[in-house]
Order: sequence, then C-alpha cells, then structure tokens
Amino acid sequence: MTALRIADGFRRGAAVTFDVDGVAVVGHRGETLAAALLAAGFARLRHSPRDFSPRGAYCFMGACQECVVQVGGVLRQSCQVPVEDGLVVGLKGSL
Amino acid sequence: MMQADLIVIGAGPAGAAAALAASEAGLLVVLLDEDASPGGQVYRAPPAGLSVAPDTRGADERAGDALREAVAASAVVWKGGARVWSISGAFRVDAVTAAGSESFTAPRLVAATGAHERLVPFPGWTTPGVIGLAAATILLKSQGMVPGRRTVVAGCGPLLAAVAAKIVAGGGAVAAIIDLSGPGDWLKALPAMASRPDLLRQGLGWALKLGAACVPVLFRHTVTAVSGGEACEAVTVAPVDAEGRPTGGRSRVFAADALAIGHGLVPGSEIPKLLRAEHRFEPEAGGWAPVRDAFGRCSVAGLYTVGDGAAVAGAEPARLSGRLAGLAAAQDAGRLPAHVSAREAGEARAALDKALVFAGAINRLMRARPAMVEEIAKDTVICRCEDVRRGEIEAAISAGAREINQLKHFTRCGMGPCQGRMCGETAATLLARHVGSREAAGYWTGRPPLRPVPLADLLGEFDYGDIPVPNPAPL
Repeated sequence: MTALRIADGFRRGAAVTFDVDGVAVVGHRGETLAAALLAAGFARLRHSPRDFSPRGAYCFMGACQECVVQVGGVLRQSCQVPVEDGLVVGLKGSL
Repeated sequence: MMQADLIVIGAGPAGAAAALAASEAGLLVVLLDEDASPGGQVYRAPPAGLSVAPDTRGADERAGDALREAVAASAVVWKGGARVWSISGAFRVDAVTAAGSESFTAPRLVAATGAHERLVPFPGWTTPGVIGLAAATILLKSQGMVPGRRTVVAGCGPLLAAVAAKIVAGGGAVAAIIDLSGPGDWLKALPAMASRPDLLRQGLGWALKLGAACVPVLFRHTVTAVSGGEACEAVTVAPVDAEGRPTGGRSRVFAADALAIGHGLVPGSEIPKLLRAEHRFEPEAGGWAPVRDAFGRCSVAGLYTVGDGAAVAGAEPARLSGRLAGLAAAQDAGRLPAHVSAREAGEARAALDKALVFAGAINRLMRARPAMVEEIAKDTVICRCEDVRRGEIEAAISAGAREINQLKHFTRCGMGPCQGRMCGETAATLLARHVGSREAAGYWTGRPPLRPVPLADLLGEFDYGDIPVPNPAPL
C-alpha cells in the first residue's frame, strides 16, 4: 500500500506485478493502469509531441488522451486499461 | 449486424432510464457503454477486484447498485466495454468491443453520453498531477485513491466540497479549497438547494467534515499558476471578482503534489453534432446544446438526446429526462398507447421540473466565466494535444479565422486525439470576443471516429491469404 491508496473502506484485489520501463511495479487487480502508475509515483506518463512538455493522466475517463502509454508496444489510454500481471508498459506516447 | 428497435449510447442515469422505459414498453433495446458496467460517472461501479466496505457505501453507491440490478433484470441487451466510434445513416452504430468490431442498427437512437469538464487554462495546467475534479471523483470513488499526498481542490460548484471531503475521509491532506464563488453566491443558491433536502444535507456533511479537518477555504479565488516540471509542486492562487477576473490582490502559494480543478461542465453532445442535429448556444445548459423537445427528440428524426449530454443538470434530472425519451421512443415506434405514455410522461415531467430547480442553482455556481478566458496569458497552452498557445490563436484570428473550424485549420487547435473536447470551449470563447458571439464562433463539426480506435481492433486478425481474390475471367 502506498500513501495514495485509501486504507479504510476498500478491499483491494490480488497484487499484480507489471513492468514499467524495466522497473517492476506492483498494483492491485481492479485498478486501472493510470491509477496504479500514479500510486506508484509515476505522475509523468509521456511528453507532448510538439513542445515535449511532461504530461500525466488528466481526465481519468477516457476523454482527454493525455494518459496514453505503450502497453506491449501498442498505444493505449492507461485510464482504460486494467492492470494485469506481466503487462509491459513504456512511459512513452506516440513519439 | 444486430438489428434492434432502439440503441442507447451511454449507460449513466439518463441512458439506463431511457433503455429501461423503452424495454418495458416492449422495444428491443441495445444499451452500449465504454465502461464494463452500467452507472456512468456518478454511479460508476467499483471495478472487479475492488470492493467498497458496506459501512462506507453512500447514497450514490446504492443508487448505482439499483441501476445495475434494474438493467440486469430487464430485457435490455447490455453491451459493456463498447467503444462507439462511428454512427451513420439512420442509424448504424459501429463499436469496438471485447468481441472485436460489432455493428448495430435501429430506427431510433438515444444519445446519453454525459458531460465533460470545462477548465480555463492557466500557466502550468498541463503539469502532471493537475487533474479534473471529475477525475478526482473517479480516483476516490472507483479506485479508492486520493489524487496526491497533499491536494489543492479548486474551481466551482458542489464537487469542490465533495472531492475535498472524500480526500479527507480517505486519509489524504487537502492544502486548500479555492472557490471561484463567494459565500454570497452560495447563500443565493441556498433556497433552491433546499428543494433537495437530501443533497443539501450531504453538502452540509461535507462542509462539517472539512471544518473539522481545518481545511482553509478561499472564496472568490482562482488558481493562477502551477509550478513544478515533471510533477506538480506548488499551486499559486489569487483573489478574483465575481466574473473570475483577478483583482490584483495578494496571491498565495500552497505546496501540493496534486491539483484537482474544474470550472463547470459542458454537454458532451458529440453524437447529435455528428448526426448534424440542430444546436443552440444555451449558457444555462453549459454551452452548445442540441435543440430538443420536452421528450429529448432532436431535429433529426429518430434521434433523442438526454441527460448531461443534452443539457447539464445532474443525475436526477438525467434519469427523468432519460425516462421521458424512453417513453417517447416507445410511443414513436407505435408500441405504447398514447394515453399510457401521456400519464407516465406527465409524472416524470412533473418530477423533472421539480429537480431542475436544484439544478438551476448549481448551474449558476458552475457557469462559464468568459472574463477568465480573456485573462489567459499569450504563451499559455490552450490546446493540450497540439500545444497551441493563446498567442497563436489570436494570430490566426487576426489573419482571418472567423469561425471555430477555420481556426482549427489555421492552428491545429482541436485537431489532436482528444478531438477538441478539452480546448473547444476556450478556443470558441476567445474567438467569440472577435466575431461578436459564441453563435458566430460556432462549434467543431462532429466527425468520426467519436473516439480514437486502433486500426488493428477494427481489422481484427487476418492474413492477406484470407482476402478472396476472384479467379481472372477466361480469355
């Protein structure tokens, strides 16, 4: 449990481990990749294509596309991807 | 291709109610939503694996469970996890689901896609750690997480207190609440809010919780900057007047690793726009809204629009407007005797009128404040996807862009993957200052795809050898 996960009132799913740019990160079944990354301290998920400015998840509901990362080499909105054991995540948008 | 009598897109309170009412009248209804379970944003189900302890479940959780049970017990064909990317003709809906690419057709369609958040840009608003108020709600309610170790909650409307109170209850720290409105604005809203004692009580509960936690509340203030490179480190705030314009008063800085901020809601009417339904600029509905009758019928035959996607009003009005559209769809299909429909619709209508009193008061607190847009600095990014700054937008307007789609062509503002959802309001407000009105500035032309979808999902698994090549004709 990290500081962002609320301890009381929620029962979390089993722990899952996934890879973020070569680092093993633990999340819980039921979490979206965007939330699990935030809880693990990954606020910056990509850079914007024109200014190369750092970006992180912003709307968490699939509308803004800011949380796009590479999952298994494919661009995915991390707020719409449930965490799973063995995901290979690259904090890299379309650049 | 599945043939139905009615397709409903969006399974929040509005879409679910429309689907249930039409289904009860005997229509074959398909209900689609991007989420795995019905509920929408306000009644979002906790994802599989995460559960909310019974003693911490509030009214929203119970209403959400009731909604999901009602859909499950009905004859409605539920399609969760469906990303609708195209709607054509009258009506063919194409979606990407877990099963791959699926298509549905029906002579009638209800668009119930909800609202998205308005956020007036300020320096640093693209910094990681800055999230929408609605985003914070999702994290708190359906992920069981606080947005940061220390969060500033800013913007306007009741979500401020809701989000801040949930952060405190979850063991997080709220550095401050920054409210555009003043105590007087809240007092003015009070009589109308008293029409919903349950919600008023909920609000007072939040206020008490925040008071007990000694969270500072700064009324008539706005966020003027966020600093920090790779992540939010500090939030600067300053006093504003009733229109959100800085008064030049003393600014303050709060150390925080998260900022949850929202300046109201805008109807997400992409589907009516895509189908070329007539729209009207209705500030009290949140912005451009589809022209609709009392039952949600649009100017396009067979198309209905309900809930916050039609006019921002909140969960209970959404449910009632959804029910009205479901009844109307059944009646228009000749499946519901007019007298039954009239009686049931009359009841829903009366309840809706009552619920709209509360919604009106909240909408006034959450209204757009164009003065805030005027104050945006030249080098502040307006379009997050394409990094288009205000200065570039002003230059394009000077160079002759007279309408929002023209502005898009000049600057690429609104052309990125969010398809203008995040920047549209700001860009149109900037343009309206030069062309006279929001009506003259117009709105983005709706185009497919409604949501970006990977080409691989549309194509599925195939090999070039699978493509049938007819034998050449004999010579």
